Amino acid sequence: MIRVQAEDFDPGAEIDRFTQGNTKVGGICMFLGLVRDFADNADVHGMTLEHYPGMTEKQLEAIEVEARRRWPLEDALIIHRYGRLDPGARIVLVATASAHREAAFQSCHFLIDWLKTRAPFWKIEHTMDGDQWVAAKDSDDTAATRWDEVPNGDSGC
Amino acid sequence: MKVLYFAWLRTKAGTGEEDLAPPAEVNTVAALVGWLKGRSAGLADAFADMALIRVAVNQDYVGLDHPVKTGDEVAFFPPVTGG
Repeated sequence: MIRVQAEDFDPGAEIDRFTQGNTKVGGICMFLGLVRDFADNADVHGMTLEHYPGMTEKQLEAIEVEARRRWPLEDALIIHRYGRLDPGARIVLVATASAHREAAFQSCHFLIDWLKTRAPFWKIEHTMDGDQWVAAKDSDDTAATRWDEVPNGDSGC
Repeated sequence: MKVLYFAWLRTKAGTGEEDLAPPAEVNTVAALVGWLKGRSAGLADAFADMALIRVAVNQDYVGLDHPVKTGDEVAFFPPVTGG
C-alpha cells in the first residue's frame, strides 16, 4: 500500500494495523526516516518536501510491485510525507512483512534505496543562510545499484 | 501539451506548469528542450546543463530521444532527493 500525505503518522499504530489478522506473517521490517538538523554548510531549521502528484504514486507503486516480484512478501507499506517538516519530524516509513526475516529485511532495504533514487520528491532546506535545494547524493545512486542483481527470493530463514 | 517544472527548475522557469502547443517538428524531448530554451532567458538558464535534469513523459522516466506529442504531460526536474 502506498500513501503520500502531508499529515504525520504513528509508526506503532501503522505497524499494528499493517498485518492485523494475517498469521502467515513471521516478521516485519520497518525503516523510519526523520528530518536531520544538520546539512553540509549551515544549521537547518526545517525543510519543505515538494513532490509530483500522480507520478509519485505511480513510481512508488512500481517500486512496490518490483519488491513483491523479487521477494515472497505478505504485504508492503510505504508512507511518504510532503510539505513543511521540522527537525526530528518523520518523513518516510517503509515496512515489509514476510513469513521469514531475510525477505523482510532485504525488501525493506530495497524499497528505501529505490525510493530515494526514483520517487519524485525534492527537499529544500531552510537554513540560517537562506533556502537551499538539496543536491542528490552519488552515494544514494551507489546504494541503489546494489539491487541491480536480482537476488534469490527463496532464501528461507 | 502540458509541461511541468519542479524544484529549482520551477524557480528558474518562473512557473510550475504551462499548456503549450509547440510546432510539429518538436517531436522529441531534446527538440522540446531546444524549443523551450528559446522561449525565455529563465528557461534557457534552467536547461543550461541537461546532465542535471531528469525527464518524465506521462509520469514515466524517459531519455532525451523519447518522442513527445500533443496531449503528453512532460515534466522536467532535478535528480530526486526524497526519503
